[in-house]
Amino acid sequence: MEHLELFFKSIFIDNMVFATFLGMCSYLAVSKKVSTAVGLGAAVIFVLAITVPLNWLLDQYILQPGALSWLGEDYASYDLSFLSFIMFIATIATMVQLVEIVVEKFSPSLYNSLGIFLPLIAVNCAILGGSLFMQSREIATLGLALNYGIGSGIGWFLAILAIAAIREKIRYSAVPPALRGLGITFIITGLMAIGFMSFGGMLTGGDEGAKKDKKSASIELQKEDINNEEAKDKTDLELAENINK
Amino acid sequence: MAKDSRLILDPLTDNNPITIQVLGICSALAITAELEASIVMSVSVLFVMGVGNVVISLMRNIIPSKIRIIAQLIVVATLVIIVDLVLKAFAYELSKTLSVFVGLIITNCIIMGRFEAFALGNGPWRSFLDGIGNALGYGIILIIVGFFRELLGSGTLLGIPVLGDPIEKTGLYALGYENNGFMLLSPMALIVVGIIIWVQRSRNKDLIED
Repeated sequence: MEHLELFFKSIFIDNMVFATFLGMCSYLAVSKKVSTAVGLGAAVIFVLAITVPLNWLLDQYILQPGALSWLGEDYASYDLSFLSFIMFIATIATMVQLVEIVVEKFSPSLYNSLGIFLPLIAVNCAILGGSLFMQSREIATLGLALNYGIGSGIGWFLAILAIAAIREKIRYSAVPPALRGLGITFIITGLMAIGFMSFGGMLTGGDEGAKKDKKSASIELQKEDINNEEAKDKTDLELAENINK
Repeated sequence: MAKDSRLILDPLTDNNPITIQVLGICSALAITAELEASIVMSVSVLFVMGVGNVVISLMRNIIPSKIRIIAQLIVVATLVIIVDLVLKAFAYELSKTLSVFVGLIITNCIIMGRFEAFALGNGPWRSFLDGIGNALGYGIILIIVGFFRELLGSGTLLGIPVLGDPIEKTGLYALGYENNGFMLLSPMALIVVGIIIWVQRSRNKDLIED
């Protein structure tokens, strides 16, 4: 249940493009044709699914305050979290290079469709953003981190696919000359983001919303208690009156 | 000398990194709901770009071209760590608001783009000017967007109310004016930038695409 929730949340509610504007540069630059957009989107899913869990391990066992305690008691007080930017980006850059080499070796056809996008990805904010959000949202287990990586990758894929399809169609419309190209793409993305905001109502709990609900629920419970006591008092009074009669 | 001044002035208008070169948009949009955050972000990028361009330009002859991306990333990441630690030390609240977006300066395409396009082929002084110019061009858009979003969204500038008090109904609010809370939500950043692009391109017809 927790997995399913995180999965849908990272696709729709916390969509990389529409909610946090990550990876906008390549989103705008590579969305002129659907076929290239699909290639880049697939590469993003792939790389996020590898780097987020990997950076989770790094964060958990090296970077967090006290994460080095597995080396012995002397290391328990170390806090290397200031190194996280450099470690994350180094991991991402090397992984992208590694993935490129492996894919080229074992699957030339996949390399032909994905290959040219892989170098672009090392500097895509969505990839680093995925790792940084994973760290700041304190995702609990390796499985959830993998889930988060894949989910946000799919969210990004959906976004670039949608905008590429719209941009292919909009070529036939009479857009004001000054808005053509970049301007209209920005405005369409804004409108799509408004659409995606409606998914915010999909939250099923386990989030800030749920915490608030709990608070208000406990307040209501207290109120009920008070009401019950009053009711008790009333019944007691009535009983006493009856007895008196 | 005239050429050098163009390095700074061009990115401010006709070669703006955000509206023309389409670089560095991610961070430009997410943090512009308040003017203060936009200014701090612009200053951080100014620092990283100015220093980063000089460093890369000094090292341009010794970086092997095959691993230049990783080398550039390491330089930027180091500078961003400095910015992050300084922000955490002197403006903790603000660094909470900016959250991961300080870290995302690393992958800000403006920085990599200028390294690739300029610093790898030019001397340190010209690279420094180019870095400053592009960072200012980036900052100017950020500040314009932040200005309108904060003014129309919450009726304040830098946290100071300028349109009167919405609860006491003074100033503009006495005339029935209401804050447009929608401006604070993320989609409006995109639409505001879209409008800036629209205005800029209608004033200068050379910039129109296709």
